[in-house]
Amino acid sequence: MKRLALRLFFVVALPALLVAAWWLTSDDSTDVYWPPLRTILTTFPDVWTGERLRADVLPSVLRLLAGYAAAAVGGVALGTVIGSYRRVRAVCEPVLEFLRAVPPPVLVPVVMLFAGIGDSMKIAVIASGCVWPVLLNTVEGVRAVDPVMSQTARSYGITGMARLRDVVLRSASPQIFAGLRQALSIGIILMVISEMFAASNGIGFTIVQFQRGFAIPDMWTGILVLGLLGFLLSLVFHLVERRVLAWYHGLRAASRRSS
Amino acid sequence: MKYEKKLGKTLGMGQSMLDVRGLRKVYEGSGRRVEAVGNLTFTVDAGELVCLVGPSGCGKTTLLKCVAGLLTPTSGEVLLEGRPVSGPPPGMAVVFQEYGRSLFPWMRVGANVELPLRQKPLTKARRRALVADALASVGLADATGAYPWQLSGGMQQRVAIARALAYEPDVLLMDEPFAAVDAQTRADLEDLVRGLWRERGITILFVTHDIDEAVYLGERVLVLSASPTVVREQVKVDLPEARDQLRTRVAPRFAELRTRVYEQIQAAKRGTA
Repeated sequence: MKRLALRLFFVVALPALLVAAWWLTSDDSTDVYWPPLRTILTTFPDVWTGERLRADVLPSVLRLLAGYAAAAVGGVALGTVIGSYRRVRAVCEPVLEFLRAVPPPVLVPVVMLFAGIGDSMKIAVIASGCVWPVLLNTVEGVRAVDPVMSQTARSYGITGMARLRDVVLRSASPQIFAGLRQALSIGIILMVISEMFAASNGIGFTIVQFQRGFAIPDMWTGILVLGLLGFLLSLVFHLVERRVLAWYHGLRAASRRSS
Repeated sequence: MKYEKKLGKTLGMGQSMLDVRGLRKVYEGSGRRVEAVGNLTFTVDAGELVCLVGPSGCGKTTLLKCVAGLLTPTSGEVLLEGRPVSGPPPGMAVVFQEYGRSLFPWMRVGANVELPLRQKPLTKARRRALVADALASVGLADATGAYPWQLSGGMQQRVAIARALAYEPDVLLMDEPFAAVDAQTRADLEDLVRGLWRERGITILFVTHDIDEAVYLGERVLVLSASPTVVREQVKVDLPEARDQLRTRVAPRFAELRTRVYEQIQAAKRGTA
């Protein structure tokens, strides 16, 4: 009980300190662009009503999830193919290096030309940015399958889909998850950016609207919502990862103990 | 009897289960040409336990991988029950030295043993029965729900052995399976393999660099030369079938056989005939 309280203290301590510092330094601020935190917090419930959550937050989150899911599926599928065949890798690698180096936000104007300014454009932008870390990590993970494990699988006639599902993808899963984690933060950034360009709803759109209307405290609340959303998503991701990679964390703990 | 098919007696003793003829393996790469296995010919009878022993680095693992169909020999052939081996045959199971890298760490022990069986046309009930039986016979009936990395090295190798047993192979290949475990565990595992062999009548080809282990376990010991590997000599181990760590290892006959194999290995290292 005491240990739990201590842990809770460590988790909460720094955020509490930062919020307190923000509160104190902004408390007597008269700067229009830098409103007191108190003002921001009192504005918060007025801005983020149930209606706004449904009309702006939900579409943003749905677009993020759609783009992220597309990137995850596409990245893992393509990465598995590229990682499995040396020839394919030799052909694809230079192209991948180039494409990866293109900053995803610059794709927004380009994708707009093809996909218009609707949801499909935003999903495409999110997916095209998120796919790289997933793809490249999957390639590395699939390449790194232990030779003894693949020989074991071969000698027991575990081939084709069974090999892919039970051996290759499971073995690569720690790296795939590392890619998925990076992709998640890229996804949130692209979600906001794509909504700032051309949109009629969404969190990014709302924040820009407030900024243009000089509703500065309202704009700040939007930033808080983004922060909270990011925090929530990474919490969910962490829980899923803990579950799926329980074996991996256990294995690492076991090998640390024995060495 | 469940294992009758595998019993040497029913196949008729003397009929060779495994036939290696003129096996040769040359590695070529980056301007270097390494002849790992020279010209290897031997047979293993059905229900026999044969040990292959040779000086370190003599291409034992290469040889075993060729037999298992994991490597394609440069020339020569391997026959399993008269049929040439061109890829991993369904009637063979391999136990590798590196148990930690051979068991799948993302699967629990039961699932690890069951995975190969999923490739066979077996009912779920039959699979479960095979898994339970195999784990029980290596003394790990209650470890089904554990992850391999929660077990000690010796127990992990037992799981690997159970996986091979559940697969019901015609031939069990073991590649220095106990090289990475401590001496006491090793003695236990030797007795386990010996016991399973007697109980189930499986055919085992056991590769080791440990002379004592080869003599203690085998019915026949094949002494290999240094690379490029050929069979230097075959030693028939005429020790009684029931062996135990205490008495067998101090028996005068054991010492004689051991000395004979040892001399051959030393000569192989020096490269003299």
